[in-house]
Amino acid sequence: MTRKQKRLMMLCAGLAVLAVAAGLVLYAMRDNIVFFYTPSDITEKAIPPGTRIRLGGLVEQGSFKKGEGAVVTFTVTDTLKTIPVTYTGQLPDLFREGQGVVTEGALDATGLFVADTVLAKHDENYMPKELADSLKEKGVWNEGKKP
Amino acid sequence: MGGGCGNQGAFALTRSWSKMSIMQAYANPTRFLNLTQPLVPWLWAVTIGLFATGLIMGWNAPPDYQQGETVRIMYVHVPAAWSAMMVYTIMAIASATGFIFRHPLADAAAKTAAPFGAVFTFLALVTGSIWGEPMWGTWWVWDARLTSMFVLFLLYLGYMAIWQAIEEPQRAARIAGIIAIAGFINIPIIKFSVDWWNSLHQPASVFRMDRPTIAPELLWPLLIMGLGYTFLFLVLHLTAIKTEITSRRIRQMRIANIREL
Repeated sequence: MTRKQKRLMMLCAGLAVLAVAAGLVLYAMRDNIVFFYTPSDITEKAIPPGTRIRLGGLVEQGSFKKGEGAVVTFTVTDTLKTIPVTYTGQLPDLFREGQGVVTEGALDATGLFVADTVLAKHDENYMPKELADSLKEKGVWNEGKKP
Repeated sequence: MGGGCGNQGAFALTRSWSKMSIMQAYANPTRFLNLTQPLVPWLWAVTIGLFATGLIMGWNAPPDYQQGETVRIMYVHVPAAWSAMMVYTIMAIASATGFIFRHPLADAAAKTAAPFGAVFTFLALVTGSIWGEPMWGTWWVWDARLTSMFVLFLLYLGYMAIWQAIEEPQRAARIAGIIAIAGFINIPIIKFSVDWWNSLHQPASVFRMDRPTIAPELLWPLLIMGLGYTFLFLVLHLTAIKTEITSRRIRQMRIANIREL
């Protein structure tokens, strides 16, 4: 084996070991790397009330209600489980029913999620308004309405 | 620049050709410059043309149905992020070539790519932040995509710092090269971060298994901007490699002069 081949082998072996190590670390830490928990995760893990977490999912259609002042309530769903959320404050521009949302806060004793931050999650779809309108007219595209 | 760039004998003009392999002959710095330098003005013309077309098309593209006019930030942000990853990949390949073949031209290519990659990464981070504030409602979150992109920025800075810290260029190239190659593991993590873990950042819209999820009239300007960034990097990189080769030769001449005295 020439020195060049030796160095090539060394490099490949090093990279393979590194990839496996990185893979194992990321796999072990997956619960911490996720940015938010879905309603199913929260029910499954039985997270105790008062623990600060992020809850993410879709704002359920028809669940958005304005309360007194700046108080709003809505339901976050992952289509399997739902969790009711209450929040006081300004909502981001992209907040809509049927759209992705990430909220930060804690569950109270009754299972209501009290959020102090609401972030809108944009999806990967980009299209002009006219196209979105015509798709909606044909009924092949269903996006949430602005509250 | 001259300090720490000398590479005795590596770029010497008088070197025996008989022992060189074909690959080495083509990667000879003088041949490389003779081959690539005439292309530079043409590459500038293509770059300017692509940027002009991309920016005008991006300006005239219809607003997004949800984001409105804010969608235009994409035309600066997305190609910057693509380029940041492309430049890192080039840097890692050049480093591996330098590591295996001990070739100074590959080392020069890796060294000079880093600052451009760092600028692209910084641009992606800043424009992403400006987009995130009105759209998400926050300037920054530590989700997997944003964090891995920030790590990429740190990798570039670390790589550049090693070149600055180690006087002897061959040693600097070896050590910085290993960092660059090991750090390459971050590139697939950036790409798939939005698929492997849930994140605030949206999943891929263009490079995905099925068809792109961007309407064609919004997608075309983006692809042209992507090409524009690629050509901009190419022309800047060729110029930077030339500067690096020249500065190494100047240093060699100085060393030769000192020896004569």
